Amino acid sequence: MSEPMIEITNLHKSFGALTVLRGVNLTVEKGESMTVIGGSGSGKSVLIKHIIGLLFPDKGQVKVAGQVLNDLDDHQLNELRKKFGMLFQMAALFDSLTVWENVGFGLKQHTKMSDKEIRAVATEKLALVGLKNVEDKMPVDLSGGMKKRVGLARAIAMDAEIILYDEPTTGLDPITADSINDLIVDLKKKLGVTSVAITHDMHSAYKISDRIAMLYKGEIQEIGTPDQIRGTTNPIVKQFITGSAVGPITAD
Amino acid sequence: MINKLLELLGKKTLALLREMGAVIIFCGQTFRWTFSRPFYLKNLLKQMEQIGVNSVPVVLTTAISTGMVLALQSYTGFKRFGAQSLIGAVVSLSMTRELGPVLTGLMVAGRAGASMAAELGTMRVTEQIDALYTMATNPMKYLVVPRFLASTIMMFFLSGLGMYIGILGGYFVGVKVLGTNPVTYMNQSINNTEVEDIWYGLVKSLVFGAVIGLIGCYKGFNTEGGAEGVGKATTGAVVVSCMLILILDYFLSALLW
Ligand SMILES: Nc1ncnc2c1ncn2[C@@H]1O[C@H](COP(=O)(O)OP(=O)(O)OP(=O)(O)O)[C@@H](O)[C@H]1O
Ligand SMILES: [Mg+2]
Repeated sequence: MSEPMIEITNLHKSFGALTVLRGVNLTVEKGESMTVIGGSGSGKSVLIKHIIGLLFPDKGQVKVAGQVLNDLDDHQLNELRKKFGMLFQMAALFDSLTVWENVGFGLKQHTKMSDKEIRAVATEKLALVGLKNVEDKMPVDLSGGMKKRVGLARAIAMDAEIILYDEPTTGLDPITADSINDLIVDLKKKLGVTSVAITHDMHSAYKISDRIAMLYKGEIQEIGTPDQIRGTTNPIVKQFITGSAVGPITAD
Repeated sequence: MINKLLELLGKKTLALLREMGAVIIFCGQTFRWTFSRPFYLKNLLKQMEQIGVNSVPVVLTTAISTGMVLALQSYTGFKRFGAQSLIGAVVSLSMTRELGPVLTGLMVAGRAGASMAAELGTMRVTEQIDALYTMATNPMKYLVVPRFLASTIMMFFLSGLGMYIGILGGYFVGVKVLGTNPVTYMNQSINNTEVEDIWYGLVKSLVFGAVIGLIGCYKGFNTEGGAEGVGKATTGAVVVSCMLILILDYFLSALLW
């Protein structure tokens, strides 16, 4: 078997007195779709930010495409990041740029394409996420769900090898959400994209994932295929996927 | 009681030193990235417009009023010993060596420094800065360097403009309002102001411009915690850069002359 694309070993992370991750182990194979589920504030966003070197471990290591992130210098890290696309939870669109400039930002920075060509790519990617005639709008003029989809178009614009999705379907209506699920599945099938997605939406998780991992109390509680997760015997995971207020997890 | 007080003092001192260290590191990184590829020329031009061109009205207003007041006040004072003819020299020396750079610096810090901190602060708390990193674009280069360069360069021109307009304002009050002989006024101005005086003021302005850009960006870049954090960063940027301008003004004056 070839080397895994992402290998997280014994990852610990605290912010001051708050310990968020306490020994996370997670391996994502090349071409695999991994989904991380877990309660609000459990550290899912913190976890994926480690994969792209926005945060660095207090202890443990993150290895992407065979390289340990901690050992890379600025230049090497930058080169590695070119393999990535990332959708932020709040979209994080550049609010001084128009929609098409946002989507085409990576192309503008890292290719020699003309503005016209970039705009054409942007239009195409926007169509994939179900947006039309928004190219010249500013991000402030978009609804929350539209921002999310522009963020998604930006994440896939560079034909990245690895895509990180922080809640790709949150805030979308069920029909749009499902078309986003289809898009994510398509990217994987057609382009062999490796992905890590975060979601609260179990329907989406079952649909897009090869494997699902549940993060709870700073560790991965259980990891398995959608079918294994559906049939879990772990009471914590069971409570989470059925969305019940009674069980070992308490809303604190 | 004394223990508590000392502990507090120590903590404050440590925090201050830590922040100073962080600012110095930030400056070092900014200088380093200033001279390495790629250069974002478009961002630089946009910032030169935002910082420079858009600051022209406030700088003009401040400079003209200062020049006029200076002429008026020095006339009142100097008349007591019959030295009214010297006001031309007083106005042009003060405007070039001191008031042009310092007042322009304070105004630009309030306007452009604040908006830099607010803009970068918002980009920080809405994860736009993180997004730049993920798209393999260095935000130090893309955001900070253009602002730093633009504020340094534009302070040079703004403060030159301020000097000129202040002197004109002084001339207007001295000659048209107070009736000093225009030839005497001009001669006094020109004979007593050396080219070095102007350069000396402009060098100060460059330093002040660099301070405004660096502090504005530092505060914005290191913003934490939502809208409140952005507000704090903005206030902090203005207060710190104004203080630094005033402190550096003294040392530069002592050093350059
Ligand atoms: N940069 C940071 N500085 C300090 N604390 C942070 C930082 N980033 C995250 N945290 C804290 O870490 C914890 C986990 O945050 P995280 O954003 O990863 O949660 P999450 O699992 O993504 O939740 P949600 O589903 O609500 O998005 C939270 O308590 C948060 O306050
Ligand atoms: Mg999150």
